[in-house]
Amino acid sequence: MWITSKFKQIVLALKPGRVTLGYPLTPRTAPENFRGRPAWDHTKCLGCGGCADHCPARTILLRDVCPEIRVLLYDGSRCTYCGRCAEICPEKAIVMTPDFELATGSRTDLAQSLELFMLTCSRCGRCYDMENRNAVDRLGLRGYRYDNLEARTVLRRTTERFEPDVLAATETFERPTRMEE
Amino acid sequence: MLAKLAKKAFPKSLWVYHCNSGACNGCDIEILNVLTPYYDVERFGIKLVGSPRHADAMLLSGAVTRPTLPLVKRAFEAMPAPKLVFGIGSCAVGGGCWFDTYNVSGGGATALPMDYYIPGCPPRPEAILFGVALALGLVDQKAAPVELKQVEFPLDASLRTQAWQDRNAIYKWLKD
Repeated sequence: MWITSKFKQIVLALKPGRVTLGYPLTPRTAPENFRGRPAWDHTKCLGCGGCADHCPARTILLRDVCPEIRVLLYDGSRCTYCGRCAEICPEKAIVMTPDFELATGSRTDLAQSLELFMLTCSRCGRCYDMENRNAVDRLGLRGYRYDNLEARTVLRRTTERFEPDVLAATETFERPTRMEE
Repeated sequence: MLAKLAKKAFPKSLWVYHCNSGACNGCDIEILNVLTPYYDVERFGIKLVGSPRHADAMLLSGAVTRPTLPLVKRAFEAMPAPKLVFGIGSCAVGGGCWFDTYNVSGGGATALPMDYYIPGCPPRPEAILFGVALALGLVDQKAAPVELKQVEFPLDASLRTQAWQDRNAIYKWLKD
């Protein structure tokens, strides 16, 4: 009998009650170990660039604007929220927050930028020139220092040794000038 | 503004077409999850349709690969005129891990004019719901760019000190 089966259906439907969440109207939190948008603690960050080197999507771009200032740009548009940056950070300056409500109309809303002041030499008082390191260090470079922060792209023009004309061609690079000049 | 326009253009119900352009099926499963009674989107009049010709919005998942690029463009052209495109997942938003691979066009924005981005790998069903609710004007946008600075740039600081000294030179003269 189809009518009895309908009654059976009604009884079955009444048993669990209403399961639909009222989500966009009522708040809902992510589970405990959920990895959402990463958050940087700029007071802890050393500027080692480990996160930029290990990001699988290369979504963290790094550039030395001048010897004193290193800019770290997190372009969240292609972030896969793998949590590798938080794992690799030696100072635990990156935390994966449970934020997931990241829907936007423009991708620039997802970006985070850090301006880091780099360490100075105790003898001369200037910052270390990170471009001219020894040959072994240069082999380990993946070229993250030559990323284009304005276009939010990774430039693949890595050279074996530092060449100022390549650097000038790949980015809008401004060397700091002295006060007197 | 876009939300207001969307409210005006789609006053009653939004029929969505789900377009997979080479996704790993993670985002597709989350989209299907949104359509289940648990996250019931039919409350907002959202319904999944099988053809782009019936659709108002396209849910694009996956970094648009080279073989699917012409098909995605044709599906977009087949949709009737007031149309929205949602990029779902980090692949559709910015290309994901494959943003500069030879056989991937690098995200949905390179193929189609995208209106809303829903990042996540995969995004939670709640995140997709949030994005659709944002398009319908039910919720406010929460994402905003963050800028952090460790210290002020020393050059700027010294210039500012100089300017401050110049500006307050009168106190020096008063002392004399």
